[in-house]
Amino acid sequence: MSTKHKTSLFNKKIVLQAAADSINKLNPVSLIKNPVIFIVGIGAVLTTFVVFAGIFQQAFSSFNLQIAIWLWFTVLFANFSEAIAEGRGKAQADTLRKNRTQTKARKLEGKQEFSIFATELKKGDIVVCETGDVIPSDGEVIEGVASVDESAITGESAPVIRESGGDRSAVTGGTKVISDRILVQITSEPGNTFIDRMISLVEGAKRQKTPNEIALSILLSGLSIIFLLAVVTLPAFFHYGLTASGLSLTQNLSLPVLIALLVCLIPTTIGGLLSAIGISGMDRLLQRNVIATSGRAIEAAGDVDVLLLDKTGTITLGNRMATDFIPAENVSIEKLADAAQLSSLSDETPEGRSIVILAKEKFNIRGREVHEMNAVFIPFTAQSRMSGVDLKTEGGHVQQIRKGSSEAIKTFILNNNGFYPQKIQEIVSELAQQGATPLVVAEDNKVLGVIHLKDIVKGGIKQRFAELRKMGIKTVMITGDNSLTAAAIAAEAGVDDFMAEAKPEDKLRRIREEQANGHLVGMIGDGTNDAPALAQADIGIAMNSGTQAAREAGNMVDLDSNPTKLIEVVEVGKQLLMTRGALTTFSIANDVAKYFAIIPAIAISLYSGKTGIGPLSALNIMNLGSPQSAILSAVVFNALIIMLLVPLALKGVRYRPVSANQALMRNLLIFGLGGLIAPFAGIKIIDILINL
Amino acid sequence: MTIQDFLQIALFIALLIGLTPIMGNFMSKVFNGEKHFMLPVLGWLERLTYKFIRINPDEETNWKSYTFGLLAFNLAGFLFLFLIQVFQAYLPLNPANLTNVSWHSAFNTAVSFMTNTNWQGYAGETTMSYFVQMIGLAVQNFVSAATGIAVVIALIRGISRKSTDKIGNFWTDLTRATLYILLPLSILFAVVLVSQGVVQNFNSYETVQTLQGTQQVLPMGPAASQIAIKQLGTNGGGFFNANAAHPFENPTPFSNFLQILAIFIIPAGLTYTYGRFVKSSRQGWTIFAAMMILFLAGLGISLYAEYSANPIFGNLPLMEGKETRFGITNSVLFSVVTTDASCGAVNAMHDSLSPFSGMVAMINMMLGEIIFGGVGAGLYGMVVFIILTVFIAGLMVGRTPEYLGKKIEAFEVKMAIIANLSTSFVILVFTAWASVSSYGLSSLNNAGPHGFSEILYAYSSAAGNNGSAFAGLNANTLFYNLTLGIGMLIGRFGVIIPILAIAGSLASKKTTPPSLGTFRTDNWLFIGLLISVILIVGGLTYFPALSLGPVVEHFLMNSAITF
Repeated sequence: MSTKHKTSLFNKKIVLQAAADSINKLNPVSLIKNPVIFIVGIGAVLTTFVVFAGIFQQAFSSFNLQIAIWLWFTVLFANFSEAIAEGRGKAQADTLRKNRTQTKARKLEGKQEFSIFATELKKGDIVVCETGDVIPSDGEVIEGVASVDESAITGESAPVIRESGGDRSAVTGGTKVISDRILVQITSEPGNTFIDRMISLVEGAKRQKTPNEIALSILLSGLSIIFLLAVVTLPAFFHYGLTASGLSLTQNLSLPVLIALLVCLIPTTIGGLLSAIGISGMDRLLQRNVIATSGRAIEAAGDVDVLLLDKTGTITLGNRMATDFIPAENVSIEKLADAAQLSSLSDETPEGRSIVILAKEKFNIRGREVHEMNAVFIPFTAQSRMSGVDLKTEGGHVQQIRKGSSEAIKTFILNNNGFYPQKIQEIVSELAQQGATPLVVAEDNKVLGVIHLKDIVKGGIKQRFAELRKMGIKTVMITGDNSLTAAAIAAEAGVDDFMAEAKPEDKLRRIREEQANGHLVGMIGDGTNDAPALAQADIGIAMNSGTQAAREAGNMVDLDSNPTKLIEVVEVGKQLLMTRGALTTFSIANDVAKYFAIIPAIAISLYSGKTGIGPLSALNIMNLGSPQSAILSAVVFNALIIMLLVPLALKGVRYRPVSANQALMRNLLIFGLGGLIAPFAGIKIIDILINL
Repeated sequence: MTIQDFLQIALFIALLIGLTPIMGNFMSKVFNGEKHFMLPVLGWLERLTYKFIRINPDEETNWKSYTFGLLAFNLAGFLFLFLIQVFQAYLPLNPANLTNVSWHSAFNTAVSFMTNTNWQGYAGETTMSYFVQMIGLAVQNFVSAATGIAVVIALIRGISRKSTDKIGNFWTDLTRATLYILLPLSILFAVVLVSQGVVQNFNSYETVQTLQGTQQVLPMGPAASQIAIKQLGTNGGGFFNANAAHPFENPTPFSNFLQILAIFIIPAGLTYTYGRFVKSSRQGWTIFAAMMILFLAGLGISLYAEYSANPIFGNLPLMEGKETRFGITNSVLFSVVTTDASCGAVNAMHDSLSPFSGMVAMINMMLGEIIFGGVGAGLYGMVVFIILTVFIAGLMVGRTPEYLGKKIEAFEVKMAIIANLSTSFVILVFTAWASVSSYGLSSLNNAGPHGFSEILYAYSSAAGNNGSAFAGLNANTLFYNLTLGIGMLIGRFGVIIPILAIAGSLASKKTTPPSLGTFRTDNWLFIGLLISVILIVGGLTYFPALSLGPVVEHFLMNSAITF
């Protein structure tokens, strides 16, 4: 998917499409899903009816017409916000669809190969995929190894290796085999593949309201009913007031005025933007290349307060790195570095490369070409547990340079009738205690020193954890290392807790324990053995490179397979909930000003005596031009504010990693106090414009 | 206002703050089944009660059984009270030979006392026999108050427990609230009242020769015992029609002061009990503070309005409808406290209050009697607003809203909305009905906006289960007896049932331990938020109605226009 080139907030095509969609969405069947806006819709219909009735009775009212028009705009604006959020998802879905052209599959039955349409594949079928084939559906590699271009779903052009067995066996329909041949067993029913699900999710077709959204809808509907009561009883109160003032009952409130008041009071701002907020939450995750299987998952992400993080890849860079050379007695450090580099020149492991680089950086020892030096590379084997190089010197002597674990080198030295110094033994155990991995370097029968290999904690991760702590989120590092090593790394990375020598069952148990104590747990994993824990966790993010089992078990998939994503997902979840709360607060706070605009306007004649201007005009603190312009200004403001807040709904309120109290304070000032004051200014300005 | 006025208010607040932990502590012991000093004195009576009604006091139930027990008990109380009124002429202890009460008045009164409203559409001394007063009304004064306490205790249990469906045993809570809290306090208070001159006898009414030489009938009766509980249990139903303005009910400034204090001590104490149950007294004090601020704001506005110049009366202090032995400050303090706390006892005629003082009284009731509020009812009503506040503002910290570790989800929001809707439905719909119908308008004694205020006040009083009245309205008619009665029922059980449902739902949830990411509900920010939500939600609902009543009346008064 083309998430790499982000869809800009308002792309012309999307906006035009959304404008058209907002009219289609006037269909009552789709409108009723949003009760607040549905009420506005009914109000618009009734007001329009009153306008036409007026025309037929030769009593056309331009005021009523304007109210009707702005009520329709209110509905359209709300529809537009939803349509534009959906439109951005649809644009992404279309890109996906293009990649899923009518693929043919090479189905294998016994030894026979049949060519069928990919859509006819069933779960359990086995297909052959060779260089250039598009993998027809989701499945598991059961034989062979191939490099696969997954750019269609991840946007990442570098191919990835997929092989049978192990944790890299899952393949996704729509991706392309670049080399080699694999047999794939199909794991999903037609129409329910990963890409199908992605399309339906981003399009919002299957979007169901999330628990928090439902609760908020109930609150908004409840408030609407309360305001409905306040408005429908008003004519009766006016009936009393008019009688007591000796005025004619024909002056009682008209239907359009009552509807205008109702629409201004019910929470249309949040009501109109609610689904846009939800859809764009999903969208923001997608932009980070994470796909959630449900909106519920994103919401839960905001609630997570314990994160289980694998050490390798999340907290530390994937591999250990050489950080230091410690020479043995009577050996110069340059000599050690030189030998260490020689022994590693042909060592393509990350550890080996890091030794070459360290020697170069520290002592400016350049890498040499092994074959030019008449050298033979001795690779690491499970038996010898060391690697190195044999150099033929001028005298015909073969110089043996080795590096390996202290036991392996000790055996090597003793076999060469050498002496293994006590001092080296001490250095080795000291390094091990610090959580590092010592590698001993030897030349023939002499120990040269020790290479300090260390887990490198990712840059900036400590600060990230500190931020999480501020947000009240506890981090737990999971590692297979022994507790000494684990403790050292945990301290360096600044995690709150760690689990050493952790087996998959331990992870599952830990998650259950945390949950029993009322915590919500998030974790990220890739292996099949992570599947139970992923399923148990409240937020389980499976890496796209992981197994099918892991991807099925989690409720999100990270297309980049980047373990640090978990933290970003939590932020997106929090941002989603914050945006909802902020706009709800804003919406309710708005009502105060609207009352001060409308009540004095509609009650101006009550108890007015001969002047025609009653005592309640004292409540007209905004000094609005006329009763009609006051009502109209409130309605116009109410409609426009939805449009003005669409960008905020789509982008979400600004998120900062601060404590709950600070976040609340900030949002309250902007949306609570702002929501109280903004409409006073807005209504006044609109009123001035109307009365120009 | 004089310095004495300020000192007296300060003393009142200081005593209230001082008594809150004492009362709260004691009540939490009573309902937790812990040892307390009343146990040796009345424990035998409690055990006897359980034996008599055949229940196991330790057997707890889920919220549905709790609610069922509560409703059954209240229904029985209602029927009994209704029947003894319509047949009182045939029953004993009726020295004044009062006749049977009309069915609709009896319905209204039975509902009124069963719901802790104590709205009185009748005049006590000329309508109710001693038998009805003592066996019927006084008993309901106790048990309706105990019902309110039981509900809030069940709610607190729901909040403080986790992963269970049990919220307590209604019969146990009811018995303990009556025996250990209401009964001893009432006895103590009644004795003090008698010392101040409140009557307590079974004599028939006395006829005396006044100084002007005319004959006057002085009503008698067992007043002190009923007055004690009517204040403590925030019932407010007066023994005499003039309620606490009557010299036999409230003879001295000292008795007046104690009666005001008595209204608040249990509701205030319950906030501390709350803190004890949830193991954070800060949480309790937070609620106390929110209530106190709302109380002081109302009192301030009310005092200001009452002491302000009124052009119609040549800018003299407004003494109409007030007792000279109490004066303005004590009358206003009483009016604010009694409407805050759903008590409804009055020592001055609220109908004569200045428009804004009357409006403060109305707002106090419209908000749902949550400013200390009725015994139990105030706190559980406040929890409704807490849930709304937590839900609206809690989202802004980026988590599913939670209160004391409990997630606030769709069900709780729905129930809170229903509770809120019950009150506003009664006030708005019935007021609208009464203000356009001939049978509603014919009861009015005042024209103009004040007449409208009288209707609005009556339904606010019914919905909030307050019971005080703008006396200008003749409410003893078929229409008002029925609509007010129905209003009281909706205002009471339309809140209690959702609250118990919330208790059940919260009890079954897990408790999330607090962290830095948790929305704090025990600091000043939360107090401010809670007050804002109360005022905005409450204000938005009633602003139109209020502006057509007291607000417009205020402006008219300042332009010296009367009706």
